[in-house]
Amino acid sequence: MSAPEASVQVSFKNRAKTALADRTLKIAIDRTTGTAEAKRAVAVAAFPEFQDARARGRAIKDHVIAYLDHYLEQFERNATASGAKVHWASDDAEARAIITRICLDAKARLVTRSKSMLGEEIGLPHALADAGIERVETDLAEHIIQLAGEAPSHIVWPAMHRTREQVAELFKIAHHPPPAADDPATMVQSARRELRAKFLGADIGISGSNFLVADTGATCTVTNEGNAELTTTPPRIHIVTAGIEKIVPTTAHALSLLRLLVRSATGGELTQYTTFHCGPKRPGDADGPEEMHIVLVDNGRTRMLANEFREMLRCIRCGACMNHCVVYRQIGGHAYGGTYPGPMGSVLTPVLNGLAGSRDLPNACTMNGRCAEVCPVEIPIPTLLRAWRIRSWRERLEPGSLRAGIGVWAVLARRPGLYRLASRIGVRAIRLFGKGGWITRLPLAGGWTAHRDLPRPTGRTFMDQYRAQQADKGDRP
Amino acid sequence: MSGQPNPRVGLFVTCLVDAIRPSIGFSAIQLLEEAGCRVEVPQAQTCCGQPALNSGDEKDAAALARQTIAAFEGFDYIVLPSGSCAGTIVHGYPNLLANDPVWAPRAQAMAAKTHEITSFLVDVMGFHTKGRRLEATATYHDSCAGLRELGIAAQPRALLAEVEGLEMRGLEGNDVCCGFGGTFCVKYSDISNAIVTEKAEAIERTEADLLLAGDLGCLMNMAGKLNRRSARTRCFHTIEVLAGRAGGPAIGEEG
Repeated sequence: MSAPEASVQVSFKNRAKTALADRTLKIAIDRTTGTAEAKRAVAVAAFPEFQDARARGRAIKDHVIAYLDHYLEQFERNATASGAKVHWASDDAEARAIITRICLDAKARLVTRSKSMLGEEIGLPHALADAGIERVETDLAEHIIQLAGEAPSHIVWPAMHRTREQVAELFKIAHHPPPAADDPATMVQSARRELRAKFLGADIGISGSNFLVADTGATCTVTNEGNAELTTTPPRIHIVTAGIEKIVPTTAHALSLLRLLVRSATGGELTQYTTFHCGPKRPGDADGPEEMHIVLVDNGRTRMLANEFREMLRCIRCGACMNHCVVYRQIGGHAYGGTYPGPMGSVLTPVLNGLAGSRDLPNACTMNGRCAEVCPVEIPIPTLLRAWRIRSWRERLEPGSLRAGIGVWAVLARRPGLYRLASRIGVRAIRLFGKGGWITRLPLAGGWTAHRDLPRPTGRTFMDQYRAQQADKGDRP
Repeated sequence: MSGQPNPRVGLFVTCLVDAIRPSIGFSAIQLLEEAGCRVEVPQAQTCCGQPALNSGDEKDAAALARQTIAAFEGFDYIVLPSGSCAGTIVHGYPNLLANDPVWAPRAQAMAAKTHEITSFLVDVMGFHTKGRRLEATATYHDSCAGLRELGIAAQPRALLAEVEGLEMRGLEGNDVCCGFGGTFCVKYSDISNAIVTEKAEAIERTEADLLLAGDLGCLMNMAGKLNRRSARTRCFHTIEVLAGRAGGPAIGEEG
């Protein structure tokens, strides 16, 4: 997929700039996020218990996070009893090694995969390619980006950066025969035809998991296309990859969270397909895999348990935060440069990739709070982004100019008398750069005046004027 | 609430109003006095500390929090013509000073009596806009911190509804950020520009004479963009209209 030169560091600001210049991208983003926002609003309005459900969702997640070890061990016991094999991976490399080993041991040549962000997080597509295994993405959007050689740009709609017109072009070249027309229904039929043979010919199916149910040992996947069922049932071996935070105590808890997840993600009441996988095929079962492997991945999650990002473990990957984010809606997912984009990604990417290389992400946020407002499990995302800024400040990762600027400002702001004097001088100086009411260019403020005018300070500072008024009043008898 | 008829109010004018547009501070004094408050402006005020807080500089932010608390905690109420700065005092200070046994209770006490001005006028003072007349159409942008941290939405609208002759028009995306975000707008200038461009387009579509909002930072961003686009929309802080000052120069107009 990505050539070696893709690994050359391109800064967030450059990626954002490229994205901002791409008008087709903006059309694609607006279509998807606009629809998602409107549908979510309708779904929430039609669900009067939404706030209570949210509080319950948060409580469920907080509980399992507090007793994560207990529920994970319970899950392992029950999954093992159902005939599945549970593997533990402490990081992405271990997870890749486990999965590749299972594939190679089974002499697998063709693997089907249903969409999973965890698979992206651990670099599974590359690992399979490196092992010489053909990988077929079965989710329609993942199919699109596989054909395009791209990474997901959204956690629910991985191909949301492409317009349907662009997808039609892609299918025309990649599908044999090409779709007869470029309306969505014909294109979907074409993709189904392309994928059908792969579903039936795969040696191994790999899926993610939306919930791991501790008391049954089941894993749960939700999709709207049915591709997860066709990925996990026909092949001889089913591999599930899941982050350890996906655990819930019981099926009822999974369903409570599902009500929040679907409404927040797509505005639906329920996904078209909700499947619980409990062990491999049993004697007498008509179908199902002969082997089921569950790979539980930590990859930084237990570190989050013990630090200020613990609340992020509540995340159920609905994507509502990015759909409602003004920054995401301008630059799209690829500009973020990590597996997870948008507000939730700006919290997670520094966990996964380190803060030094992703310092921009928690900073490129206006702190408007809309992400937290729509989060179905009440994650205080702006607070977590600020926590990264605090770390970044402590670790001195900011550009020296910003530190110096804040430093000088703080020295003045902490001395009111001096501050009065400085603002008096500053206001006079700034006024020199304007004519009339506006300043169109101001040294050191190019970031502002490149795009907008600056209202010229109207005259003396408030404090000066106020003091003069008070003195006048005092003079009067 | 207090039930006091003439509370002593400390006005925190905010650093932006102090430097850029004092008219907002004088509007605040006027309205608070009309509501029966005894208004004082402590000289020890500078900035609430939000630039440090949002840059991750906790040490300077905490120092400014202590300085502001010391200057204002003696008042019955602390009032600001900004939801953003009020939000910093109400939510930011108690968090910043949570582990300081001396200052944590003082920060909480201060937070409990700190208000953004339109919400203070309506919720605490039961104030009504009387005798104001303005023949104009206006649209209103909900600044994010006020809206989401302090629940300010109904109060400014209620006060504006009492201005005779003023026709309010809905703004598409009224609760969507304008792209200001404090230092964000200069650090990520291109992204901020894309956001405020969409905001300006939505404002222009209303064809309203006036754009009103409750935070000078957001207003400077939107007004600056509107002017760069040669739009005719005039921009005022909500309380300037409520104080009858919309006959004077709008943001960016010469006095």
